[in-house]
Amino acid sequence: MAKSNAFAGADLELIDIRKDFPGFTALDDMDLTIPAGQFFALLGPSGCGKTTTLRIVAGLETPTFGQVLLGGKDITAAKPHERPVNTVFQSYALFPHMTVLENVAFGLRQRKVADAQKLAVDALNLVELGHLAARRPQQLSGGQQQRVALARALVNRPSLLLLDEPLGALDLKLRRQMQIELKAIQLEVGLTFLHVTHDQEEAMDMADIVAVMNKGRIEQMGAPEVLYDRPKTVFVSKFLGQSNLFVGEVVEKNATSVSIEVGGNKITVDKKRAEKHTGKIAIGVRPEKADFHEKKPKLSADQIVIGPGEIIDIRFTGVSNQYLIDIPNVGEITVFAQNIGKSPEVELGAKVYVSWRVEHSYGLSDLPTGSSEA
Amino acid sequence: MKKLSFGKLALPIYAVLAMVFLLTPIAYTIMFSFNDSTRSNTVWEGFTLRHWAQVCNRQDVCDAVTNSIVIGVISTIFATILGTALAIALVRYSFRARSLVSLSLFLPMATPEVVLGAGLAGLFFNAGVGAGMTTIIIAHVMFCLSFVVVTVKARVQTLDPTLEEAGADLYANPRQVFRKITLPLLMPGIISAALLSFALSFDDFIITYFNSGSVTTFPKYIYVAAARGVPAEANVIASAVFMLAIFIVLATQIRGAIKRSKLAKS
Amino acid sequence: MAFAAFGGGAPAKDNSTKRKGGPIVLVLILPGLIYLGLFFMTPLLSLLVTALESPDPSGAIGAYLYDLNFGNFATVVTQYMPQIIRSFGYAFAATVFALAISYPLAYFIGVKLRGSPLIQRLLLTLVIAPFFISFLLRTIAWKQLLSDNSGFVALLHNLHILAPTSYFIGTDAAVIFGLTYNFIPFMTLPLFTNLERLDIRFLEAASDLYANPRKVFRKITLPLSMPGIISGTLLTFIPIAGDYVNASRDFLGSSKTSMIGTMVEADFLQNWNYPSASALSVLLMALILIMVTFYVRRSGTEDLL
Repeated sequence: MAKSNAFAGADLELIDIRKDFPGFTALDDMDLTIPAGQFFALLGPSGCGKTTTLRIVAGLETPTFGQVLLGGKDITAAKPHERPVNTVFQSYALFPHMTVLENVAFGLRQRKVADAQKLAVDALNLVELGHLAARRPQQLSGGQQQRVALARALVNRPSLLLLDEPLGALDLKLRRQMQIELKAIQLEVGLTFLHVTHDQEEAMDMADIVAVMNKGRIEQMGAPEVLYDRPKTVFVSKFLGQSNLFVGEVVEKNATSVSIEVGGNKITVDKKRAEKHTGKIAIGVRPEKADFHEKKPKLSADQIVIGPGEIIDIRFTGVSNQYLIDIPNVGEITVFAQNIGKSPEVELGAKVYVSWRVEHSYGLSDLPTGSSEA
Repeated sequence: MKKLSFGKLALPIYAVLAMVFLLTPIAYTIMFSFNDSTRSNTVWEGFTLRHWAQVCNRQDVCDAVTNSIVIGVISTIFATILGTALAIALVRYSFRARSLVSLSLFLPMATPEVVLGAGLAGLFFNAGVGAGMTTIIIAHVMFCLSFVVVTVKARVQTLDPTLEEAGADLYANPRQVFRKITLPLLMPGIISAALLSFALSFDDFIITYFNSGSVTTFPKYIYVAAARGVPAEANVIASAVFMLAIFIVLATQIRGAIKRSKLAKS
Repeated sequence: MAFAAFGGGAPAKDNSTKRKGGPIVLVLILPGLIYLGLFFMTPLLSLLVTALESPDPSGAIGAYLYDLNFGNFATVVTQYMPQIIRSFGYAFAATVFALAISYPLAYFIGVKLRGSPLIQRLLLTLVIAPFFISFLLRTIAWKQLLSDNSGFVALLHNLHILAPTSYFIGTDAAVIFGLTYNFIPFMTLPLFTNLERLDIRFLEAASDLYANPRKVFRKITLPLSMPGIISGTLLTFIPIAGDYVNASRDFLGSSKTSMIGTMVEADFLQNWNYPSASALSVLLMALILIMVTFYVRRSGTEDLL
């Protein structure tokens, strides 16, 4: 009886995962749930444990402690060839002694699926490489190899597709193109994708849900816009986009907001957007949400003004100008001004005030390194 | 055309001279396979092809060669299987006996042939096993093993372990991964190890001499004949083997070069 | 080591991540290990046992009794001292000559020819080509080419290098010549493997820092190629010490050029004096093990193979 090709889509759960290697712990206390059908990105710097997590899901590593559940079933002890999970490897890992077509058909043949050849041809056509079916992988360009690796995994319609930094080796233009294609394929085929990357733009662009990892655990997880608009930890605020951070003791509290005092300036954050309401806290704001003015603007309840300070650096990046402003007793503040033709005409050394709306502040749960706890 | 100073030419000239030096005995041996000699093949008596045409006129030469070939094939099969397994284990797995295994494989290569030969002969004698084909084959497998391991090991080290992970990821169990991915990719290394093992076995003299009893191999035949005079038929065999070996080596290198240029073009 | 060259250029150090050993490791290593245990270790032990045997009281030739006759070693050392000294002397001389001849060759192929890998491979094939023809016939070829009636000897006579009544074959020089020739590939390959990986930029940096070519060689190239020199030396010296074909009367030697191996063969196969042959073999093996231990102490066991 011919086996059908697809596995049912299923939720993936990692419960309390810990992974020790000789000399260091790669993952500690990791919990993760990936709902079926989502494009999920695992984002973090190198060494944060994201590749280890992926390998544990694939079955190429076993966790020192914890469980892996797929659709409610415990697959922690299952070998890689027993899991309905497929991986697109960072180095593509295409078999050099087989043709492109044989590579793509490999998983199907192992599972003795009927019509393996036809399904493989269809998969190759999906990634627009049908005409290269008879070539060897070594004869293909990097971008083509990447697409063959994708087809080889996709053709098996796994419950979960794992992608280990698949676009890392491609040049910028090709990478952008592949990002669009990958997302389109995921939507079209309806599979669950777990995409591991260190490129925050890539993660924000493609994913439905982003989990930011640092030092073996997930610091924050959610939709890209939410993560960007309201980071909860110092690490997330700096890894995803840029942040201006202010540290100070809470000096004022009312029903809706919390304020700290830094160098004679009052900085306020909405309670709903602050992780901590007492003691010494860090408040941040994105540079593009801030403005600078040569004349001190009128104070109002929903506007924060700090300064005065001096412009010590101006960088032109085409789309925007980036200003670095040094405010005594506060620090160096970055402000982005979009280049819409009427850029403020200031020069280095100009005396300016920086302002932003209170609703754009976010309060973090921890403090930047170097600032001691109260 | 750049002016070539003597300093720049010194090395290439030296290399050419060294090559001539290395290849002189080969040329001599091949030349004397065409020598129109009857008993002793030491003086040039004229050009002839009859030794090539009727190489088995001297039955003893052909018997010796046949023995050497049989021994070579059987030893190679065993040495290659045992050696490949050891090479894979040494590269892919970490285990406590690593140093012991490495040392045990290195020592036979470092032991002089007289010691190996005498030792084995003593062992067989004490065990009451008569010297003959079997003892020769046992001895050959033993000293070829280390060379097989070294050759295959080099190939295993160039094998990307991610490929085997990909195979497992694509539903192949460990046995299938080995059969469909590991083994095919290792095959060039295994084949060169087998060729090396055969060459070592075919040319071995000292160890064989101690353990052969009444069986004659090709090298043993030459050694014994050296006192009286080695017949031209032996030169024929040696020249044929030489040309076959060179042909195989050159063919593989040319094939490799063609493959590389084809990949580069596409 | 040397034989990486046979495999076609292996990586210098093995940094691959390894899986933990499980039952599969036993399946892979046990057959080979048992085979070596049976047919390598046991023979060596058997040699030791035989070396300590004493003649059977019956006086029958070839009959010996188990014993702890350490006196055999003393006998062997005193009786065969000339051969022992000669073997190591030949080995030393041949190794030095082989090194002198092989180094420039290996340097040329490994460093100067890096631009054309095809020619590199071709020349390398020519270097190991002698392996493809029986080494006995190679040696016989030299025996004929340098024989008493050869043009070579005539030349030596004319140049008064040799007295009119002496010849080349049968002298120490002839044996050393043969040994050097036969083991040049053993020396060239490890040198080549090492020099092929020599980073040219070191040499360029040295030149940039005002070192002339001689200094560059002495202070940079030579030290960096030391591992290759050491493994080449080991691979050449050890087999030469045990060789006896070149020194044999039927080849390039005479009754006055016998080596340790000659005596082992004679005692074992002709005189049936097994204890003597075994004691001599054990002695040779012990001396070589001492040298190998020095080498292993220096570089560890990972690099051996």
